[in-house]
Amino acid sequence: DDKLLSEPLSHPDFFNVKELFSLKDLFDARVHLGHKKGCRHRFMEPYIFGCRLDQDIIDLDQTMQHLQLALNFTAHIAYRKGIILFISRRRQFCHLVESTARECGEYAHTRYWQGGLLTNAHIQFGSGVRLPDLIIFLSSLNNVFEPHVAIRDAAKMNIPTVGVVDTNCNPCLITYPIPGNDDSPTAMELYCKLFRMAIIRAKDKRRQSEVFDELR
Amino acid sequence: TLRLIYTTTAVQRKNVGASGPEKYTEAFIKKQIEEFNLGKRHLANMMGEDPETFTQEDIDRAIAYLFPSGLFDKQARPIMKHPSEIFPEQRKIQWGEDGRPFHFLFYTGKQSYYSLMHETYEKLLNVQKYQDQLPAQDLPPQKEKKNLAGSRWLTKIELEEMLLEKLSDNDYLRFIQLLQKLMTLPCGDMEEKYIQKFTKEVPAQLQKVVIEPLKYDERGVAFSTSEGIRKTAKATATVYDNGTGKITVNGIDVLHYFPVLQDREQLLFPFQFLDRVGKHDMICTVSGGGRSAQAGAIRLASAKALRSFVTEKEVEFMRQAGLLTIDPRVKERKKPGQEGARRKFTWKKR
Repeated sequence: DDKLLSEPLSHPDFFNVKELFSLKDLFDARVHLGHKKGCRHRFMEPYIFGCRLDQDIIDLDQTMQHLQLALNFTAHIAYRKGIILFISRRRQFCHLVESTARECGEYAHTRYWQGGLLTNAHIQFGSGVRLPDLIIFLSSLNNVFEPHVAIRDAAKMNIPTVGVVDTNCNPCLITYPIPGNDDSPTAMELYCKLFRMAIIRAKDKRRQSEVFDELR
Repeated sequence: TLRLIYTTTAVQRKNVGASGPEKYTEAFIKKQIEEFNLGKRHLANMMGEDPETFTQEDIDRAIAYLFPSGLFDKQARPIMKHPSEIFPEQRKIQWGEDGRPFHFLFYTGKQSYYSLMHETYEKLLNVQKYQDQLPAQDLPPQKEKKNLAGSRWLTKIELEEMLLEKLSDNDYLRFIQLLQKLMTLPCGDMEEKYIQKFTKEVPAQLQKVVIEPLKYDERGVAFSTSEGIRKTAKATATVYDNGTGKITVNGIDVLHYFPVLQDREQLLFPFQFLDRVGKHDMICTVSGGGRSAQAGAIRLASAKALRSFVTEKEVEFMRQAGLLTIDPRVKERKKPGQEGARRKFTWKKR
């Protein structure tokens, strides 16, 4: 049992997430496109490659590294049977995100966030609730272009977060930010596909290792 | 460490409202069901009937016999029903042994409502995809508007009962708007079955009063019967054709039963109105009420009986004359603090 949990931690890329995506895929899905110069957030400046005709372009090399770290982290969490919560407050992709979560066997929240969901969980849900072990933000802002309340709440409850940050978002409280576009449909479909494949791979590997252990 | 120096007793008292509405555990409900079954058998023994074939109707009758109650509100009277009808349905624990919730939208709070919205939106997207696939035709409006008479959307309370969750007004409106959008799409007929789950039949409100046809007795004479009420008097009247205007009340001739002219005039009024004074015979029975009330009841009964003999236009004239309406005036009750229904006690200045 101990070996099951400690074995993946010895390799840097146990689940081989690097082969799930390439730079060309990111470029074709228009992940590098940011908002206009006026919308730029001060803390996103290190992730921006440049600015063309007033539109910011995100540095895809940095995005690749961050994406690889984030996918690796989600795969490890899924391997250890953690609860993953997908959050996105964009109305166009709400259905996509919910279907992705359902296919993975994980959870999603793409609706209005009630104040005490994480911080007041024992009263809202019941006394024996288990909170999510990882929160993935597929769009870090809410409908009023302010940072989503869940970022702050997850930081308060010591829950690690992975988030796609666009040029107008604040990457501060997110543990594994992924600088990238969160507005195009192709980019969102790409992210959903990547997370789904990573989680399913990790879960399959876990089931295989358990079967091998039982056989021995 | 904090030392308790001084507190009021108010702090030590249990805050009864804080834990929310009472939650029934599964063990409690099971015990209630066992007690109910035992009690049913005891009741059957008491009433001298077979415990095996003792149905819910028998239970209701037995309880009404053993505990007679004059309370007006039916729900305040003693009842003995299966616990599943008495205790409201509650949500069981939503997560398994390892802590993972069963439903994928559990962390939103309103999981059934949001999963319903998700499904409905999925149906909408499917219909739109199907529409895009079809070659561009101008579909003639084939589908008849099925919402003309029969159906209405579920109310907010009914939807809450279906989902076992509280909804807000906005949530309910949003859901109804989604369903309406799904219905208005040209290819929305594919999802008719799904939409029908959220519609309810409304029975037709207009009930046309059925005028009974004439019946013929052994001699071949046409007759018709009907009833009438006024205040506390109930009357049944049978009007025969080809008659001389004879009226019999409770086996007694009308002159002897109603000595007062006013009552006899009331009886005559429907026939006078239709110009059929000497043409019909009437036999009636009446009980309850006083002199004037019985007269009014018989008048109503005879007017209703005459509808079968007469054209629709004349029926309309009778209705407008007020011959066919039940007089709703009854004796008003006496109130406490007053001498009668309206009369107050004498007011003394000092």
